[in-house]
Amino acid sequence: MEWSSVLSGAIEQGIGPSAIIYCLAAIGLNIHFGYTGLLNFGQAAFMMVGGYALGSLIQTWGWPLFPSLIVGLLMAVVLALVLGVPTLRLRADYLAIATIAAAEAIRQVLGSAALNDEFGGQDGRYGFVDGMRSLNFIPSGGVHFLGLDFRSYDFFIMIVGWTLALLLCGFVYLLMRSPWGRVLKSIREDEDAVRSLGKNVYSYKMQALVLGGVIGALAGIMSGLATSNVAPSDFATDTTFFTYTVLLIGGAARVFGPVAGALIFWFFISGLDLFFDKMTSGANPTIPESIMTDDQASLMRLIFLGLILMLIMIYRPQGIFGDRRELAIDAH
Amino acid sequence: MRLRTAALLSIVMGVLLLGLTSPAQAATNETIDVNGQLSDTRTDPAKPVPGVKISVEKDGAEIASGTSGPDGAFSIALPGAPIDLLGEKITVKIDTDTLPEGAELRDPKKTTLKITIKTDSDIRIGYAIGPATDNSVGKLTEIGQSGINGIFLGLLLALAALGLSLVFGTTGLTNFAHGELITFGALAAFLFQDQWGWAFFPAALLAVILSGVFGLANDRLLWKPLRGRGTGLIAMMIVSIGLSIFLRNIYQYFFGADNHQYTGVPAGKLWNIGSIGISPKAFYIAVVCVVVLVAVSLAVQRTRLGKATRAVSDNPALAASSGIDVDRVITTIWIVGGALAGLSGIMWGLTNGFDYQVGNKILLLVFAAVTLGGLGTIWGTMAGSIIVGLLVEMSSIILPSELKYVTALVVLVLILLVRPQGLLGRAERVG
Repeated sequence: MEWSSVLSGAIEQGIGPSAIIYCLAAIGLNIHFGYTGLLNFGQAAFMMVGGYALGSLIQTWGWPLFPSLIVGLLMAVVLALVLGVPTLRLRADYLAIATIAAAEAIRQVLGSAALNDEFGGQDGRYGFVDGMRSLNFIPSGGVHFLGLDFRSYDFFIMIVGWTLALLLCGFVYLLMRSPWGRVLKSIREDEDAVRSLGKNVYSYKMQALVLGGVIGALAGIMSGLATSNVAPSDFATDTTFFTYTVLLIGGAARVFGPVAGALIFWFFISGLDLFFDKMTSGANPTIPESIMTDDQASLMRLIFLGLILMLIMIYRPQGIFGDRRELAIDAH
Repeated sequence: MRLRTAALLSIVMGVLLLGLTSPAQAATNETIDVNGQLSDTRTDPAKPVPGVKISVEKDGAEIASGTSGPDGAFSIALPGAPIDLLGEKITVKIDTDTLPEGAELRDPKKTTLKITIKTDSDIRIGYAIGPATDNSVGKLTEIGQSGINGIFLGLLLALAALGLSLVFGTTGLTNFAHGELITFGALAAFLFQDQWGWAFFPAALLAVILSGVFGLANDRLLWKPLRGRGTGLIAMMIVSIGLSIFLRNIYQYFFGADNHQYTGVPAGKLWNIGSIGISPKAFYIAVVCVVVLVAVSLAVQRTRLGKATRAVSDNPALAASSGIDVDRVITTIWIVGGALAGLSGIMWGLTNGFDYQVGNKILLLVFAAVTLGGLGTIWGTMAGSIIVGLLVEMSSIILPSELKYVTALVVLVLILLVRPQGLLGRAERVG
C-alpha cells in the first residue's frame, strides 16, 4: 500500500457520493441558517422524509422512480409546514431545541418495529434503485483517471449529484440577488426592522424553511439512491451536525460555501480515516496496538471533526470563504 | 386494553424463552428448524403439553408439520437449504383442535404466526397456554406502576437537567455537550471500579468530585475564554456541539462501545406494594435524588451564593453592578452543575447500565425537561423533569414502549407552540 493511495482515496471520497449528499443538505441549510438566520437543527428530518418516501414508495408500495421522487419532495414541504407552524415564532435557541426534538421523534417513529412492514424498522428500506440504475449511461467497467477509480454507478450518481448541486447554487445565487432574497437576509440581520417595513416575517421564514427543506429532502433522496439503502441511523442528530460543519467550513451565506465545505470536509475526514487506518494496519503497525487499535483508529476522524467544528467556530466563524459581515451568529 | 396487555406479556414470555435458548444454536445449520415449547401456565410450575399439531405453511400450502412430544417440545425441519429460505415468509399455525380440552393459547393471535426468515439460525417459538386474564395486570396497576417508574425517571432527569438549566440561566449557553458531563461521571466511577477494584461508594464519591472539577475545567479552558472574546451565544452553542462530538469519541476511544455495569451494588428483592413492584435499588436512587435536589433547592433559596445565583440568572448586568461577583457565581455553577450531572450519570448507570454515549442518549430528554419547565428556572426544571419522566413512562401504557421517548419530544414541541417560555418561565424571555 502506497501513501499515494491515501491521497487518491481521500480525493475519491472528497468528490464522491457522500460529499454530494452533505453538499446538497448544506445548500438547503444555507438558506435556513446562512441567509435567513433560522437555526434549524432538524435538517436530518428533511433528508429522512425525502429518502424514506423514495425508499418505501418503491420497495413497499411498488411505485416507479419519478413519482416517488416527487412525493419525497412534497413530503418535505409538508414537514416544513408542520414543523414551521409551532417553531418559527420561537427565539433562535428554542427553535434549535424544537427542531432537533422533532427530527429525533420522526426518526424514532419511522424506525419503530410497529411500522416494520411499511418502513423496515432499523434496517430501513433497501434495493429500490433499479429505476435509477437503468438510467445509468456510464460504461459498466467504471471510470479511471489520474489514479482515481470510480465504479460505474457511483460515477453516474456523482455526475447527477454535482450537476444538481451546481444548478442549485446558480438558483440560490439568483434568488439571493432578488428582492425576495434581500428580505431573507434582512430578517437575519434585524427581524423587527423588516416587520416595521410591513413585511410578513413569519411567511418569509416559512418560505425559506420550505425551500431549504426541499433541498434537504433532495439530499436524502440522493443518499438513498447512492447507497441503495435508507435506514434510521443515516439520519441521526449527528447528520445535522455534520451538515453544519460542512456549511461552516465553506462559509455560511456564501453561494459556493456548501460546495467548498463538502469537498474539504470529506477530503480531510476520509484522508484522516485512511491515514490512521494505514498507521494501525498490518502485522507491525506504525502506531503500536497498545496506543491505538484499528477500532480506535476509526474514531480519530470524529475526534478531529469535533475539534475542527470547535476551532472554526471560535477562530473563523465565517468559514474559509465566508464574509464576516454576512454572519447570522454575530447578530446575537 | 386487556388484549394488548396479554399480547405484551406473551411477547415478554417469548423473548424470555428466546433468550434462554437461542445462544446455544450453532450458526452453521444443515436445515432451518422451527423449534418450540408448549407449556400450560395454569399450573405452577407450568406443565408441558404433548400431542399438539403444528404446521408450517408457505404461500398458503403446508410445507412441514410436527407434533409436540412428552416434554411439550416440537421441532420441525423446513425443507430446502437455509440459503434458499432466506427472505421467505412462512406461517406457523397451531392446530387448536389438538390442544387439551378447555385450553387456549394465552395470546389467541399466536395461533397463526407470520415469520420472515432473516438468518439461517433456527426459529424458536414459545407457546404459553392459559387464560389471558389470570396474568394480565389491571389497568389501574399499570398506571400506578408507570407512575412510580415515571417519578423515578423524572428525579434522575432533574438531577441531570439542573446543571444545564443553571448554566443557561447564568451564562445563556445552550450546552449540547452537557450529555458528556453526565457520561463523565458514569465512566469515572466505572474506571475506579474496573481499574483499581474500588467498592462502589468510594468510586462514586470520587467520580462526583471529579465531575465537579471537570465542569470547572470546561468553563475555565473553554467557555470563560470564549465569553471573554465576546463570542455570540449561537456560536457558543455550535462550539458545544463540536465539544460533544469530540468528547464522546474520546470516551469511546478509551472505553469502547460496550455496555457497562457497576459491580457490588445488589439489586435486592423486589418490594411489592399491592401489585406494584418497586426495586429497592431504584428506591434508594430516588431517595438520593430527592435529598440532593432538596439540598440544591435550599442552597439556592437560602444561602448568599444561592441568592447571588438567582440574581445573576435574572439580570447579569444588574447583579454585577450591585456588587455580586458574577464570575464567582458562574464558577460555582459549573462545579455544582458538573457534579450533579456526573452524579446523575452514575445513578443512571446504576439503574440501566451505561456506555460511552449514555449522556448523549438522554440529552434530548434533558432538554425537553429544561425547556418544558422554562429554560434557566430551577423550579421549572424540576417540575419539567418530573413531567417528562411521567410522560415517557405513562405513554407506554398506550403506545409501544419503543416510542416512549417520542411522546416527550412531541409534547415539548407542542408546549413550545402554546407557551414558548415553558411552564414556569417568564413570558418576556421569548423574542
